[in-house]
Amino acid sequence: MALPLEVHGLSTTLFTRRGEMKAVDGLSLSVGAGETVALVGESGCGKSLSALSIMRLLPDPPARIVGGEIRLNGRDIVPLPEEGMLAIRGKEIGMIFQDPMSSLNPVATVEKQIVEVLLAHTDLGRWQARARAHELLELVGMPDAARRLDEYPHRLSGGMCQRVVIAMAIACSPSVLIADEPTTALDVTVQAQVLALLKKLQADAGMAMVFITHDLGVVAETADRVVVMYAGRKVEEATVDDLFEMPLHPYTAGLIGATPVPGAARAERLADIPGMVPPLNALPQGCAFAPRCPRVMERCRQERPELTRPSQGRLVACFAAERG
Amino acid sequence: MSLLSLNNLHVHFNTPNGVVRAVSGVSLDLAVGETLGLVGESGCGKSTLGKAIMKLVPIAGGEILIDDADIAPLDRKQLIDMRRKVQMIFQDPYGSLNPRSTVGRSVAQPLALAGWKPAAIAERVETLLRWVGLPTDAKQRYPHEFSGGQRQRIGIARALALSPKLIICDEPVSALDVSVRAQVINLLEDLKGQFGVSYLFISHDLSVVEHIADRVAVMYLGMLVETGGRDQIWRNPQHPYTRALLAAAPIANPKIARARQRTVLQGELPSPLDPPAGCPFNSRCPIAQDRCRTDKPVLRPVGGGALAACHFV
Repeated sequence: MALPLEVHGLSTTLFTRRGEMKAVDGLSLSVGAGETVALVGESGCGKSLSALSIMRLLPDPPARIVGGEIRLNGRDIVPLPEEGMLAIRGKEIGMIFQDPMSSLNPVATVEKQIVEVLLAHTDLGRWQARARAHELLELVGMPDAARRLDEYPHRLSGGMCQRVVIAMAIACSPSVLIADEPTTALDVTVQAQVLALLKKLQADAGMAMVFITHDLGVVAETADRVVVMYAGRKVEEATVDDLFEMPLHPYTAGLIGATPVPGAARAERLADIPGMVPPLNALPQGCAFAPRCPRVMERCRQERPELTRPSQGRLVACFAAERG
Repeated sequence: MSLLSLNNLHVHFNTPNGVVRAVSGVSLDLAVGETLGLVGESGCGKSTLGKAIMKLVPIAGGEILIDDADIAPLDRKQLIDMRRKVQMIFQDPYGSLNPRSTVGRSVAQPLALAGWKPAAIAERVETLLRWVGLPTDAKQRYPHEFSGGQRQRIGIARALALSPKLIICDEPVSALDVSVRAQVINLLEDLKGQFGVSYLFISHDLSVVEHIADRVAVMYLGMLVETGGRDQIWRNPQHPYTRALLAAAPIANPKIARARQRTVLQGELPSPLDPPAGCPFNSRCPIAQDRCRTDKPVLRPVGGGALAACHFV
């Protein structure tokens, strides 16, 4: 049987006045039922544009998918027209974004927004949909759910708004859930609540989840597998334990070294990565990480390393890692 | 000796819906050469406390002692001397730099206000930019030409201009990418080693605070609920809120993350317009009793040099 989500060689290009920029360059990724794959990287690495590509929500212009396949339960959705996507989004694939306030309609009540999703994708009648909206709010742990149905988003806290967004995302039991920095705007105690909720909902429904984040702490807490992106390309993929135990790509190692771990033996200084992420329209020849890399070799400045498979379940794109 | 002492500091804001007690009776000390981490969730009053020390918000009561002189009652003119001793850096360096002013002018401004001669200013600006790791030609350029991390370096150079004793850092690395965040944290630590400057480091990110702070103060709804040495707070937190906060902080190590037991704190922060009676934390506290809903706990020693405001620790 096909996996819920399989992405092969996805390429998304930004067509701007300053030229074409490969924001996502040949990304492949698969997520099984009940599995969480974290997509990690710093700003500009292409993780959010990958998510928008999978949702087919790219701002066009300037962004357009120029190659690759996105198979949702076996069916390639790249060639689908927008009408086809309307039937899929919210039903087969749900989404949660960073800022819950801007994902909600400010002039519609919570109930109306959830009911709208149900009416669009299910056979429920209006009354059944309203009852189901109430159930969903209870399910996502909304305090005082019955009363919140009639509230407008501005009356709710950020954490409560994110619960409404989650209720809408799971309303039709999608097989794939895309969560783009879903807890970044939340306070740490509320973040813990939302992460616990997402894990529980995912386990109960066996959803495949793509979790996009820059926060390695959140990755360690939620992911089964991790895909690290740099300058639009996948540079490493591994299970969460392998990745943190023995990162193979110098960029991954740099990210882990730059993140303080409370309770671990204290390093005097954090291992920082010199320089910054290069702009997409001025990528260096060869490996995009070469100018910042502590293990850079002459070859890295000429040739771009392709992904190799050093051991079962691991992928890395680095000449230095290949040599060990 | 304490460089900074707050005694029963209050900051109130009048809003159309009532009075918000953003800082409500906070007392704390910061020693020379020390980094004090101030943590708490949004709305707990940590940023307001930082601004109060800079006298950027009106003080409703209490004392702010800097080198044993109370600055709370002083007006703008009398504050000039204080501003040499205390400087501040902000979360959004772009918002705190004048976009139409070159980096050189922004960094030179505190020096000019302090009456430095132009030749001395030019030399000092070059030194400052070198210290924070910016190229010398940065001084002719404008803030928009720099990345977020570099802009934060500009803010740090400006804060260092008059050799302050204390720098208040309000979420200085929260807007930065992971790799750049580590660069700025390392820079702050290097500067501390070089110049003996003290930091009040305000952040919601507990792992960063654990890395950088010598002592930690935890705030909840305008009040201090616990203070203590970093290791004491991390290994042996006493206040139930501190415990909940630490349990909620994600840990970038899957083995440690799975091994620890998690009690997820329920509920959300109450509105600061209408804080609960008694202990501010009683509405979310897992060990709250009747007494907590009527009596407000005060900070008291709980061992290991720590103080906590809870009836039951």
